Amino acid sequence: MSARQLSLSSRVSPRLADLGLLGPAIAVILLFMVAPMAIMFVYSFLQAAPYGGVEWTFTTEAYSSILFERDFLDDSLTFTPDYLIIVARSVCQAGLATLLCLVISVPTAYYIATRPERQKNIWLVLITIPYWVNLLIRTIALLFVLRGDGPINAVLMQFGIISEPLPLSYNGFAVCLGLIYSFLPFMVLPLYSAFERFDFRLLEAAYDLYASRRIAFFRIVLPVMRPGLIAGSLLVFIPSIGSYLAPDILGGGKTLMIGNLIGTQFQSARNWPFGAALSMILLTLTLLVLLWLARRAGQQKSDCR
Amino acid sequence: MRTSASLSISRSSERMQGSTEKSRFRDARQDTIAAEVKGLSKVYNAGSARPYEALKNFHLSIHANEFFTLLGPSGCGKTTLLRILGGFETLSAGTCTIFGQDVSRLPPEARPVNTVFQQYALFPHMTVRRNIAFGLEMLGIARAETERTVERMLELVHMTEYADRKPETMSGGQRQRVALARALAPRPKLLLLDEPLSALDLKLRQKMRLELKALQRETGITFIFVTHDQEEALAMSDRIAVIDQGRLQQVGTPEEIYEHPESRFVADFIGESNLLDARVSGLIGGEATLTVEGFADIRTSIEWPLVVGQIVSLSIRPERLVMREAGKEACSGTARVVARTYLGNAVEYHLMAGSQTLTARAPRGGLRGLLDFAPGDEVGVGFEPGSIKVLLS
Repeated sequence: MSARQLSLSSRVSPRLADLGLLGPAIAVILLFMVAPMAIMFVYSFLQAAPYGGVEWTFTTEAYSSILFERDFLDDSLTFTPDYLIIVARSVCQAGLATLLCLVISVPTAYYIATRPERQKNIWLVLITIPYWVNLLIRTIALLFVLRGDGPINAVLMQFGIISEPLPLSYNGFAVCLGLIYSFLPFMVLPLYSAFERFDFRLLEAAYDLYASRRIAFFRIVLPVMRPGLIAGSLLVFIPSIGSYLAPDILGGGKTLMIGNLIGTQFQSARNWPFGAALSMILLTLTLLVLLWLARRAGQQKSDCR
Repeated sequence: MRTSASLSISRSSERMQGSTEKSRFRDARQDTIAAEVKGLSKVYNAGSARPYEALKNFHLSIHANEFFTLLGPSGCGKTTLLRILGGFETLSAGTCTIFGQDVSRLPPEARPVNTVFQQYALFPHMTVRRNIAFGLEMLGIARAETERTVERMLELVHMTEYADRKPETMSGGQRQRVALARALAPRPKLLLLDEPLSALDLKLRQKMRLELKALQRETGITFIFVTHDQEEALAMSDRIAVIDQGRLQQVGTPEEIYEHPESRFVADFIGESNLLDARVSGLIGGEATLTVEGFADIRTSIEWPLVVGQIVSLSIRPERLVMREAGKEACSGTARVVARTYLGNAVEYHLMAGSQTLTARAPRGGLRGLLDFAPGDEVGVGFEPGSIKVLLS
């Protein structure tokens, strides 16, 4: 306990002191996180007004329209998988991006963590350098690289490897690449710190006890690094699934993800309740993933096998 | 590898059957060489601007069933030698054999050797039981057999009640026992111990010394123990190898090492020694006359050839330096008491004899303890017969 903290607690009651220290942060979270989410939740159960905004009539229309289409003439509901496909695509894209980030980051983080102290810092700065540039600019720049007349295609065609430009942009591939590019450091950094804390003598112990390299990796390295793996995966998966920029710019609107769908509802489509309902779905998906991981981590702890 | 390890396991279960059979088996193995290194060298940063030779042309044989200790100051190469035996370091030159098999190029997982690591390196995500079972599982031992062995190991190290705990919830001494059990479970032909007691406090360390020694007797496995603590080495070992600056200084039983140090380094490192510079002034038969500044000439038997005029070191243990009242009895020389330190079971005197400093230790309450001196006193100094060792400088 620091001296200042001590003097604070001695003058006012401990609970008041805690409130003084945490108050500003709590106020920010209440005002900018809890309140907007509450508004979203309420809006998702209201009727859409014709030109944006909401009408204060309770309805579950927004949720049902995710799965069903209302016929204009006879008001009957027919099942439509369109939005479900977008949700599923979002989950798959985010999952794939997370997996690929993991595959790229494990060797990267291992390499950095095993360098001498001074080199480590250089590598870490290099990893974070892209973050000094705005995400929008980086995403547009990536588009220029991938385009039909971009440098990749130009070089490949120059050398006669391909005769027609490869379709690198405006598709799922480009979106996935964009997601990986955007969120890779969020995977590298937690894995780096996990490797940094990893006691490599455990590997020697494993080899000493007749484990092969492969078995040592799966039975010792991965389980011990589990918290880092989970943290990194969450940090990539959560922003990926709700990602807006990458699918919008690199997917060219043809490979919509749930983030774009929500954006459209609040802008051109002017269906706020539907956008709010989709947001709730996204939030639920995220929470489910978190819950699943938390439960798995808990099981691991109680399970001695 | 797999076959040889399971072989050693079946052999070990035979060993457990009866004590008479056990001892007969032991005797048969007494002269077997458990591990041998020949012409071993280890160079770090070879080819770079600053190569570092950790081990220099090392020859060593370790017998089966021995509690063998590699002893030396930190950085002397003892841990490097252990790591080469374990397969964690490659050797630069020479050969390394374990029970006749050349293992010089084998990785750790292919050697019939297990290690107790300095900080134990227990797998933190596994319970004690899983930790101990790991090596057996890797060898593909049947599940029932593995479980039986784990139970036996838990009993052996008195950790049965902690079997389902994780390492993080245990004390240093308990982790130490688990690490021992984990390394012993696959029945290695050789158990390597890398300063396993250094992380423990004094009381526990002394207790674990006895336990380790007992464990070695019980299991009949050859232990190779690395330590910088000479007291530990003397207390536990059957034989000790003293290492300094990558070179083997002396190999012998604790008594041989302590009573008959062969070099100035060994005399100084093992226990305490007064080291005096002397000149060989005469040689008659097996005896030499030695001249030491401030002392009467000393005559002593010699163990190696000397020439007249040669400068040698004399080593004498503090407890074998005799102090008498000055002028009363015939003494080799005189000295002045500089300091007196009370040690509880003994009193230590720091003496100046001419330009040489000497340390004498008198047991409290012993015959010589009746005589006490204070700083500033002039005393007569003598050497117990046979207490002087001549060392080549």
